[in-house]
Amino acid sequence: MFEKAVTGGRRYWAWVSGLLVVMGLALLAYLRQLDVGLAVTGLSRDVTWGLYIAQFTFFVGVAASAVMVVLPYYLHDYKAFGRITILGEFLAISAVTMCMLFIFVDMGQPRRVLNVMLYPTPHSMMFWDMLSLGGYLALNAVIALVTLGAERKRVAPPRWIKPVIIVSIPWAVSIHTVTAFLYNGLPGRSFWLTAILAPRFLASAFAAGPALLILLCLIMRKLTWFDAGREPVRKLAVIVTYAMLLNVFFIALELFTALYSQIPEHVEHFEYLFLGLGGQAPLVPWMWTSSVLAVASLILLLVPSLRRREPVLAVICVMVFSSLWIDKGLGLIVGGFVPSPFGAVTRYAPTLTEVLIVLGIWALGCLMVTVFYKITLAVREEVAAS
Amino acid sequence: MSISRRGFLGAAAGLSALALAGRSALETQPREPEPGGGTPAAGTRWALVIDPRKCLEAGDCTKCVDVCHTVHNVPAIAEPAHSVKWIWKEPFERTFPSLQTDYPPDDLRDKPVMVLCNHCDNPPCVRVCPTQATWRRDDGIVMMDWHRCIGCRYCMAACPYGSRSFNWKDPRPSLVQTTPDFPTRSKGVVEKCTLCEERLAKGQPLACVAACPAKALVFGNLADPASEVRSLLRSRFTIRRKPELGTRPAIYYIV
Ligand code: SF4
Ligand code: SF4
Repeated sequence: MFEKAVTGGRRYWAWVSGLLVVMGLALLAYLRQLDVGLAVTGLSRDVTWGLYIAQFTFFVGVAASAVMVVLPYYLHDYKAFGRITILGEFLAISAVTMCMLFIFVDMGQPRRVLNVMLYPTPHSMMFWDMLSLGGYLALNAVIALVTLGAERKRVAPPRWIKPVIIVSIPWAVSIHTVTAFLYNGLPGRSFWLTAILAPRFLASAFAAGPALLILLCLIMRKLTWFDAGREPVRKLAVIVTYAMLLNVFFIALELFTALYSQIPEHVEHFEYLFLGLGGQAPLVPWMWTSSVLAVASLILLLVPSLRRREPVLAVICVMVFSSLWIDKGLGLIVGGFVPSPFGAVTRYAPTLTEVLIVLGIWALGCLMVTVFYKITLAVREEVAAS
Repeated sequence: MSISRRGFLGAAAGLSALALAGRSALETQPREPEPGGGTPAAGTRWALVIDPRKCLEAGDCTKCVDVCHTVHNVPAIAEPAHSVKWIWKEPFERTFPSLQTDYPPDDLRDKPVMVLCNHCDNPPCVRVCPTQATWRRDDGIVMMDWHRCIGCRYCMAACPYGSRSFNWKDPRPSLVQTTPDFPTRSKGVVEKCTLCEERLAKGQPLACVAACPAKALVFGNLADPASEVRSLLRSRFTIRRKPELGTRPAIYYIV
């Protein structure tokens, strides 16, 4: 099937080479990081995790969101999603790969990565995160290849794949729950020590992921012959609406608990993010942008006549995705480290090296999605032609 | 569950303390820290009692820091963001944030106290480490294996005391002098105080304790009721850092 990825028009090759160039630059940046050490990043002894881990967290959400097309189709027999479940699964495969790379580039001793498997440590949440992400990747790879293979041969997928698909549904929930547990169970990190962190992760995932999928469907309709159809896009928009509603509600719960209790160690993190603390306010414009985008997109989503207009929906999806990207891919991780255990407000700003590496991993994700979707369309074209 | 577990542990500790008391009553000499390498004797729980006032009397003294960092090849990195520290001074109020009285005693207000890894009884750093590169010994020392650490820095996120340092770059060029019988570290690994386990194994005192001219640091075995640390804990009011987190630090501060 993969031979389908190496035939394409000029536009396709221009896009692919663009991505390869970004990946090449990122590789150079990573080699520099490998040589010098993580001192080339903006991280410090107070803010020990930054953009890499934040991007990891965000993309675990994108990966988990595949369940939002798989579940209605396979459990509720919602036929309209039949044509796009595989797109969700390929998106998940790409996102999990990105997640693994984000973890890898964050490691101080990447050569020792296998130590996590050589010395399995069940009391560490990282062990479980590795298992759940690895398992999810394998599940989706098997499901996508088998169902696409069956589609190509114009036969029904083998019966054994159904239970595998069913397993992948709770598994998707698990990857984001365990990822929340990474941060959730740390004494003294009050910003993350909240039982609503995992639900919040899931809600934001089920908004950001389907929003991205809508955008991908709309882009494909523009650029290719493939049309996912109006119905699935509308249904996805409803999912985004509910998920976004829950996400904003959950954040409001967090804010109430922190601000009404006025316990300093709970308030300070929000203060740092939204108002600035100790004269430092690097994330304030970002967080307000995220909040305004969240509320505005939610208002637009709640009006069915607006949500159904696809150009408007496209804008809304960009708003949802950017809002949640800032919230999770920036604020949530960095905000948890400021103030430090000693009350220090330490500034963190990603360096160019860090940004390049992140862009490179994004480019790889885009490349994977492009290639996978191209293969899918080629298979469908072939089936339709014969 | 944690209460009953603690109750159980408390009872167990009480029993062993009783047994030890019986033993030390029979012994003619006071019990010394177990010399000789290898596994430490059962019924050992190393701890430090720090008297900040004695330390302050010595003024700007940094002898414990200097000696510790020299014998353990801790690099001297000027940039605060990348600094590596095993023992250092922090302002009193920042060290004990939950102790805010607004009116701290004059002799401690804005004054620094020595901080280091607390060698917690229930260490979150050990709980989170995905490779067991950091682990807890039976005598309470929280250890580090610099050859196994993958540099994920999960332990740094988990330590509520900021006790851990990461080698953001190769530390070797920043060594003022190298102590040959102690390993140097590579970039990309976490490190911290290991309570001079290499010296304990040879029956030597802790480097910081031996270096302190004011005798502000007292080291000993908590499991031995006759030890100096226990007698200090009996006679003076001491506090630990962030006790509400349940980590049960083994570093006590006399206030
Ligand atoms: S002080 Fe920090 S590094 Fe030391 S044992 Fe406790 S949690 Fe671990
Ligand atoms: S940085 Fe090293 S010691 Fe710390 S949790 Fe990771 S592997 Fe363990």
